[in-house]
Amino acid sequence: MLSRFANPARFMRISATALPWCAGASAAIIAVGLYLGLIVAPPDYQQGEAVRIMYIHVPAAWMALNAYLFVAVASGVALVWRHPLAEIAARSAAPIGAAFTFVCLATGSLWGRPMWGTWWVWDARLTSVLVLFFLYLGYIALVNGFDDPARGGRAGSILALVGVVNLPIIKFSVDWWNTLHQPASVLRFGKPTIALSMLMPLLVMALGFTLLFVTLLLVRMRTELNERKIRALRLNAMAAPMPTRRRPESAELAPPAALP
Amino acid sequence: MAAFFGLFRRDLRLSLRQGGDTGLVLAFFVLTVVLFPFGVGPEPEVLARVAPGILWVAALLAALLSLDRLFLPDYEDGGLDLVALSPLPLELAALAKCAAHWVATGLPLALISPALALVVDLEPRAIATLVASLLIGTPALSLIGGVAAALTLGARRQGVLLSLLVLPLYVPPLVFGASAVEAGALGMEPRVDLLLLSALTLAALPLCPWATAAALRQALE
Repeated sequence: MLSRFANPARFMRISATALPWCAGASAAIIAVGLYLGLIVAPPDYQQGEAVRIMYIHVPAAWMALNAYLFVAVASGVALVWRHPLAEIAARSAAPIGAAFTFVCLATGSLWGRPMWGTWWVWDARLTSVLVLFFLYLGYIALVNGFDDPARGGRAGSILALVGVVNLPIIKFSVDWWNTLHQPASVLRFGKPTIALSMLMPLLVMALGFTLLFVTLLLVRMRTELNERKIRALRLNAMAAPMPTRRRPESAELAPPAALP
Repeated sequence: MAAFFGLFRRDLRLSLRQGGDTGLVLAFFVLTVVLFPFGVGPEPEVLARVAPGILWVAALLAALLSLDRLFLPDYEDGGLDLVALSPLPLELAALAKCAAHWVATGLPLALISPALALVVDLEPRAIATLVASLLIGTPALSLIGGVAAALTLGARRQGVLLSLLVLPLYVPPLVFGASAVEAGALGMEPRVDLLLLSALTLAALPLCPWATAAALRQALE
């Protein structure tokens, strides 16, 4: 199963067909989600219209965590089975995850200003998401920090697995510490504590963001593979003897006077 | 075990005799702490309020300063290859090197901290807590730092990369260490924070050498 998808040529073929569908679906679903969230959904009885930030903030936060989990799992696969595509997937997913984390932090800050009266508090969840952002940056810097890209990939894989310790801390920080950030209201045992009219747009947006992640991941992985192909071709061209430069016929047959 | 202690003694001797790693770290610690009164002003009540944080952040930066020396000299002169070839498991070798790093940096930092606590007007009743928290917490700093030092071996701009990797991972020890000292300064029981700090160190003790050894293996590959 794993080795079936280890062939880069097959991956390029499958991803080329899948890419337009993923891109179209994510654009359509995010458009529907934004319409539902920004226009159809009712304003909150306490927070008013500002609650609509939630439809970007919460899916971005979910994607920030899930993208890190994806990086970590792909890194584990790359380390254990030396799967060639897993390492590329991990290194391609990290900047996308970092972008989602940044969106989550930025929208959270914009939301905190009217609701809590401050742009930033040193609250457990905010701090741990910030640490997640720095982990992403560290991973990206480490992966690109070596002259040998394979070495960077292996070092990054180990770092991604070390950083996984942070994920449960973020997930449960609002339950462990009594903080300003509200507790989880969707993913919990029993009934969600959120109205259906607000839950629907949220889930649609989450689906749209997931598809967006897949689309961007495919684009980045294809770019990375193409880059490697170009690098290999260039190395081959430099290593091979240059037959076009030799001119045995002209050197032997042509009279010296014919040369300019 | 003889190989373990042999490596430990060798590293300790090198860091004590060669170039004065320990002296440099202590000087950095003292200078960083002494800079703060210039920055925030000399009022004793302001200093006393921020003293736990200052002392812990300065200790953490001082520990960070010497991390790039943990594996790099051995990596460059090929000694690390010999350590990897020896019958001693690489995990234990990593643990021995981290332990030597702690004895050469973390332990002196903890021992000298009471003197610096007086400089920044820390409540005298919190000094015992400060020493205890540094004694408990700095092994975690050495162990976590060992992972990052091994990961960045052979990278371009290793020093900057090392701090970028290590500082996010140093947040939990810093939080619990500083809040233990703060609880001590306010006359409260620092037990919970000290216990959490011990939990961090105890969790790092088996896990970090394992990750360090994996990182060293791929560096030597």
